[in-house]
Amino acid sequence: MSLSANIAVARDGFRLEVALSVGAGEVVVLLGPNGAGKSTVLEVIAGLLRPTAGRLVCDEVVLFDTDAGVHLPPMDRQVGMVVQDYLLFPHMSALENVAFGLRARGVSRDAARAESASWLGRLGVAELARRRPNALSGGQAQRVALARALAVRPRILLLDEPLAALDAGTRPAVRSDLRRHLGGYEGSTLLVTHDPVEALVLADRIVVLENGSVVQQGPPVELAGRPRTDYVARVVGLNLLRGDATGRAARLIGGAPVVLPHGADGPVYMAFPPTAVTLSPSRPESSARNAWPGVVADLEQHGDLVRVTVDGIVPLLADVTPLAVAELSLQRGLPVWSSVKATEIEVYPA
Amino acid sequence: MNRRLTGRADARVPVGLVIPSVVGLGLLLLPLAGLVARVPWSRLGQILSSPAVLSALRLSLMTAAITTAVCVICGVPLAWLLARTELPGRSLLRGLVTVPLVLPPVIGGVALLVTFGRRGLLGEWLYETFGISLPFTTTAVVMAQSFVAMPFLVVAVEGALRTADRRFEDVAATLGASGWTTFRRVTLPAVAPGVLAGAVLSWARALGEFGATITFAGTFPGTTRTMPPAAYAAINSGDVQTAIVLSLLMIVVSVTVLVALRDRWVRTG
Repeated sequence: MSLSANIAVARDGFRLEVALSVGAGEVVVLLGPNGAGKSTVLEVIAGLLRPTAGRLVCDEVVLFDTDAGVHLPPMDRQVGMVVQDYLLFPHMSALENVAFGLRARGVSRDAARAESASWLGRLGVAELARRRPNALSGGQAQRVALARALAVRPRILLLDEPLAALDAGTRPAVRSDLRRHLGGYEGSTLLVTHDPVEALVLADRIVVLENGSVVQQGPPVELAGRPRTDYVARVVGLNLLRGDATGRAARLIGGAPVVLPHGADGPVYMAFPPTAVTLSPSRPESSARNAWPGVVADLEQHGDLVRVTVDGIVPLLADVTPLAVAELSLQRGLPVWSSVKATEIEVYPA
Repeated sequence: MNRRLTGRADARVPVGLVIPSVVGLGLLLLPLAGLVARVPWSRLGQILSSPAVLSALRLSLMTAAITTAVCVICGVPLAWLLARTELPGRSLLRGLVTVPLVLPPVIGGVALLVTFGRRGLLGEWLYETFGISLPFTTTAVVMAQSFVAMPFLVVAVEGALRTADRRFEDVAATLGASGWTTFRRVTLPAVAPGVLAGAVLSWARALGEFGATITFAGTFPGTTRTMPPAAYAAINSGDVQTAIVLSLLMIVVSVTVLVALRDRWVRTG
């Protein structure tokens, strides 16, 4: 089972163009800032929104093809959907909610109830079968919604911010449960989120969507280590520079020089964590270090450290200890030198 | 808090608001009080059990019930069409549906007569093809009542449909539910309070219907003389006591039903 989609949607000055595929049993996370068009992709795949152009094929079945004039209605697509606020039917019990899809597909009442009860059991909420949605906690509602979506044995499972409605206390537990349940699902899963932790934990592969286009995709490890846009760099907590390399030296767009850990040629990205940055009042005397002058633009608490935003020819973030803040008397407007060891920089082709 | 509010209200109610309020209340309540004051209590049982009153009551309850059923069966789907589809000329249609709300009922009766009367646009064809003559029948009473009552239901249900979260219907569709299943099992339960409210309004409007009924259906005892025309006929023939008893009966029936249903669909503030 696998899914392959080419989707173009144009409306109200917004343009979305996405090509993506999801393998059988694979969990692909669509990560992006608000307004990137993530939910629109899900609506198109579910059949709730007609794309301007495109083609969607799942297991050899064409779900839509604008050139061929094919557009299967949602009820014929075998798609399961779980949305942020779960949308459990409020007038039905948890069991009736799960049984709804089976009943709609012609399963007899008794068989649907038995199968629904087993799905609730598989998701660990069997004892909630008779409860109404308004008597369920967020985590419980999420499990029931997942059971409802999985009960119809969909070829594609679509999850739209499935953890966003949960409070911070229950989210980690529900997240690891969700990961386990997704691991046991044989169809293609496409999950939308703006939360990088969720993406890194749940994804086999992450597709990053910005302003309606895919800007980067790959396994979580690659994304976390080699970001290719400022947005991705920010969510994985790295500084990202772009320049032209010649041997072990590179020159940034603005002209600043960078010493590289190894030789490279042509356009490159250079990434390094804020903890690798050292701040000092004067230029450090080490040739193995890159050093750029700048000005402190902002200071904020970041865990045990203080995150310093430095403006200058190379804008970057530096995580320093509170002791360093005190010793250097760091404050907005103070000129500083930022230095990074060449060996701390990850260099990869742009 | 509470005491401060009442204290403030007591101190500062402007005379300019009090006088018109009292006049308005008087206009609303005095006629009812006058009616109750003149009820011939000693003859009440006798008048109530008279064939004329009993037949008008039976006819009114029956036709209003059938009208309410017609309004729900036709009005809910119509409201759904207006709220959920991209029908061409939908806003015009919505306007036309609400016309009977502002039309004098007598005009509705005239319109029904010239359309469904024996010489009417459809009535002539109905009569010549099937031998069906609608005017001055109990069916005509129901048609007249439906004409004036259905807009109440359509407006109430359409409002409920517009405020209902359509994403529930999307979820139902992804779960494999057909449009009809989705309507029956998801949409209808969600707008049930609106349907009930609309049905009650339609029923009350049908029960009180006079102008369209008397024009299109006439006022034949036993077949078309519902309570309002019966009260009118009684007062015209000088039988004030029967008119009073019929009026009292209608007040009791309407108030009883409204109070019984009120807690189920109105959140009193």
